[in-house]
Amino acid sequence: MTAADGGARIVGAGEPAPEFTLRREDGREFTRDDLLGQMTVLVFYPFAFSPVCTDQLNLYEEMLDEFRARGATLYGVSCDASYSQLAFRQQLGVSIEQLSDFEPKGAACRAFGVYHPGGFPQRALVVIAADGGVKWSYQAENPGVLPGANLIFDALEQ
Amino acid sequence: MSRLGSAPVPSVGDDDHVRGPRGGLIVIEYGDFECPHCAVLWQRLAGQRLRRVFRYFPVRSSHPRAWAAACAAEAAARQGRFWEMHDSLFADPAHLEDPHLWQRAQGLGLDLESFDADRRGDDVRARVRRDFESGVRAGVVTTPTIFNAGQMYPGQAGLELIERFVSDRQGA
Repeated sequence: MTAADGGARIVGAGEPAPEFTLRREDGREFTRDDLLGQMTVLVFYPFAFSPVCTDQLNLYEEMLDEFRARGATLYGVSCDASYSQLAFRQQLGVSIEQLSDFEPKGAACRAFGVYHPGGFPQRALVVIAADGGVKWSYQAENPGVLPGANLIFDALEQ
Repeated sequence: MSRLGSAPVPSVGDDDHVRGPRGGLIVIEYGDFECPHCAVLWQRLAGQRLRRVFRYFPVRSSHPRAWAAACAAEAAARQGRFWEMHDSLFADPAHLEDPHLWQRAQGLGLDLESFDADRRGDDVRARVRRDFESGVRAGVVTTPTIFNAGQMYPGQAGLELIERFVSDRQGA
């Protein structure tokens, strides 16, 4: 925990996933209940269309079949509006569903302890088991650091 | 199901694509033939006295022809012409559609029928995928990424860094 991250702490392994509400691309709500019954990987990223986020989604997309084979579903999460997320996803040609934390801005990110004081999500990963418990989490030391897909597989193959 | 968790970058194997003088330091590159930064690195490494290893790291969402190009290079490798195809692809990365790949293969004197069957075949795809997964396991997140003496250098390696590799090798 540092002053730079606003004193927040990312939700950790063994803790229950917090209550939250995000918006799917079609406007429907995505809540904690949607995590139950499947392994979920929430990929928190700072900004649609930014360079590191582009590389991150491109890389994870290439491994999507392998994530599915391990029973995991990935979602991208940012504070961008759904229209921006959709445009970003379509421009990249990736299929990873996007979840918006636009209004109230950053509320879900705060619940997971990954809201950057600059007004955007930290670059973070949270793997949530089918029972709604956090299996593993990771926050990059700064938003410019891109976590490799190997880290997610480490968590899934535990 | 193959394991994809973290693992060190594999050491150089018999079927890796390697060129340059024996001995001294080895530079292992994970690259994508449709990546402009990889093309710049290719130019920068040309003529340097390094022993180079090229491994495939195609990412199709940003580079829709990256896989096709990688498979073309591996199909050329089946006829002993990997580096010629590698150089051809990086020299002109804007032309990667099938007719362009056939044209390159013809220009290199490859057996076109074998080339086309190989590049579409499961063996070649598996070979490309093997490189890709080894990069993922080693933590590669972008191209080009190079490894030297076990150290990872993501992104476009600067000339200064490359010159250091060369001087390290000369001092070795």
